[in-house]
Amino acid sequence: MGMTITEKILAAHACKESVRPGDNIWVDVDVLMTHDVCGPGTFAIFKKQFGENAKVWDRDKVVIIPDHFIFTKDTHANRNIDILRQFVKEQSLPHYFDVGTDRYKGVCHLALAQEGFNRPGEVLFGTDSHTSTSGAFGMFSTGIGNTDAAFILGTGKLWVKVPESMCFEFTGKFPEHVMAKDVILNVIGDIGVDGATYRAMEWRGDAIMSLSMEERMTLCNMAIEAGGKNGIIEADDVTMDYVRQRTDAPYKIYKSDDDAGYFFKKTYNASEMEPIVAKPHSPDNKAKVSDCVDVRLDRAYIGSCTGGKLTDFIAAARLLKGKKVKIDTFIVPATREVEQDLHKEKIGNETLVDIFKNAGAYLGDPSCAACLGGPKDTFGRAADNQVVVSTTNRNFPGRMGSKQSHVYLASPYTAAASALTGHITNPAEFIYN
Amino acid sequence: MNKVIEGIAYVLGDDVDTDQIIPAEHLVYSLSDPEERKNYGKFALSGVPAEKAGLPKGNTLFTENGQSDSKYSIIIGGRNFGCGSSREHAPACMEIAGVRAVIAESYARIFYRNSVDGGFFIPFESVARMVEEIKTGDTLVIDLNASTLTNSSSDKIYELKSLGEVIEIIEAGNIFEYARKKGMIPSV
Repeated sequence: MGMTITEKILAAHACKESVRPGDNIWVDVDVLMTHDVCGPGTFAIFKKQFGENAKVWDRDKVVIIPDHFIFTKDTHANRNIDILRQFVKEQSLPHYFDVGTDRYKGVCHLALAQEGFNRPGEVLFGTDSHTSTSGAFGMFSTGIGNTDAAFILGTGKLWVKVPESMCFEFTGKFPEHVMAKDVILNVIGDIGVDGATYRAMEWRGDAIMSLSMEERMTLCNMAIEAGGKNGIIEADDVTMDYVRQRTDAPYKIYKSDDDAGYFFKKTYNASEMEPIVAKPHSPDNKAKVSDCVDVRLDRAYIGSCTGGKLTDFIAAARLLKGKKVKIDTFIVPATREVEQDLHKEKIGNETLVDIFKNAGAYLGDPSCAACLGGPKDTFGRAADNQVVVSTTNRNFPGRMGSKQSHVYLASPYTAAASALTGHITNPAEFIYN
Repeated sequence: MNKVIEGIAYVLGDDVDTDQIIPAEHLVYSLSDPEERKNYGKFALSGVPAEKAGLPKGNTLFTENGQSDSKYSIIIGGRNFGCGSSREHAPACMEIAGVRAVIAESYARIFYRNSVDGGFFIPFESVARMVEEIKTGDTLVIDLNASTLTNSSSDKIYELKSLGEVIEIIEAGNIFEYARKKGMIPSV
């Protein structure tokens, strides 16, 4: 029997001819990413286990991207950035993107892509569950804790159980008003928040391969919301174009064999997809947008690794152009590059920044911001019993900062359409009129 | 490794996510500073909605206001325990509060892995669902040799699944001790 992309990458990194789901193997790590929330704990464990003066296994393979609690007066959070700086200095690490400098990037998962650390065929671990995002580049990537990250820092290796793969195939053409976010919310609703636990979610089909890298990242980003170990999409010309603009490093393209074994296979007709929301308080609490139009909203939030990429803001701006929002609307670019693009990218004669400002939206600095609540002074943090439509990835109780708030996860199109009306709204109403 | 673990139960439901276990605003404290890390015990499980905190009654604080220790040392959960983020602060905060074992129907992958590799406590899986039968405050005894959980308050015995291949890491203490035993990394 053949192997899936995930199995082939893991086998190659364990120096094995082949692996099977369930095998426990040690893999060589190409990139370890950490950030301000988990870096300090990781470094403390590394020093405890390998010695105060121990050196990381490979300086060039460690990437440190502060992004979570950045624009805050919280003294503990700021102290943690200092701990990152100290470790980077001690270890002379080249890939550090410091707060308050020109090198600051923002949300790690998009920054990894933009800075050329996502390369087909590689193995990347990160101390963040949304590390699955990088799988959009045809690589194996998954989230780990501080202990495992410290183990990698010292050894360059980690044990992995080879996951079974699940295949989600989309054929045909997605309707214009449907985005990758609708597709992943639909799938999570189908299989449940533990429907892919321990498994790889592989995306295939002509509809998937017609998507931009940003949209592919959205699909892989939320694999963890179904419990998935990783999301993955075979690399193609779109992938190579993106990668080659950002790095000259070598990479290797793996494809699943025709006779590879899958735990689950489902083919969807892309043209039948509709805008979807996840209702409070779980990402699998799926509903059609058209069935939720009575939900009154207090605010809209467009940002995060899931919904704060340039393509997400182009979608939102398309609907907001020339109109006024009815509710507080927060725009948070994931990274500096996205923020700069908001000043360059135009619809008609108007930049995206001007479209958002003229619509009455608030613009924040690039970071994870209110996606995970964060310190009290975080931009866009939910308060009291607010009802929020958000392009982020989780609507667990209290996730955006208030245990009493209600969060509806949605696509950037749906969030923008809803911002204009003050209730959950199908973007088709604006796109086709 | 202790072959018997005895403690008082704190019962939670399905899909207890890591934001409920430790809300993100608290992820700023040092895990290595002996005083500062007590904050994690103080806020452990503070994000659980009140009606689901300590089933079946709910509205039961896991740690009393201002305290970093909990009187509850065995957590009973349903499906998909620990879903969500990779924050190792989640199993860590429970250990800091005094948790010695979690018994759930199933776990989210990263939480399970963190619990084992970090050696915070043993994540057991139960064969049957227990969250509607065991009550917060019940006295429980886990027998590792027999792979059973006894509820001393109701005299009911539950079967636990085998710990499987991770037993070696659990017995070693954590992934580092396991790797040392195997000769993969040197002793400090």
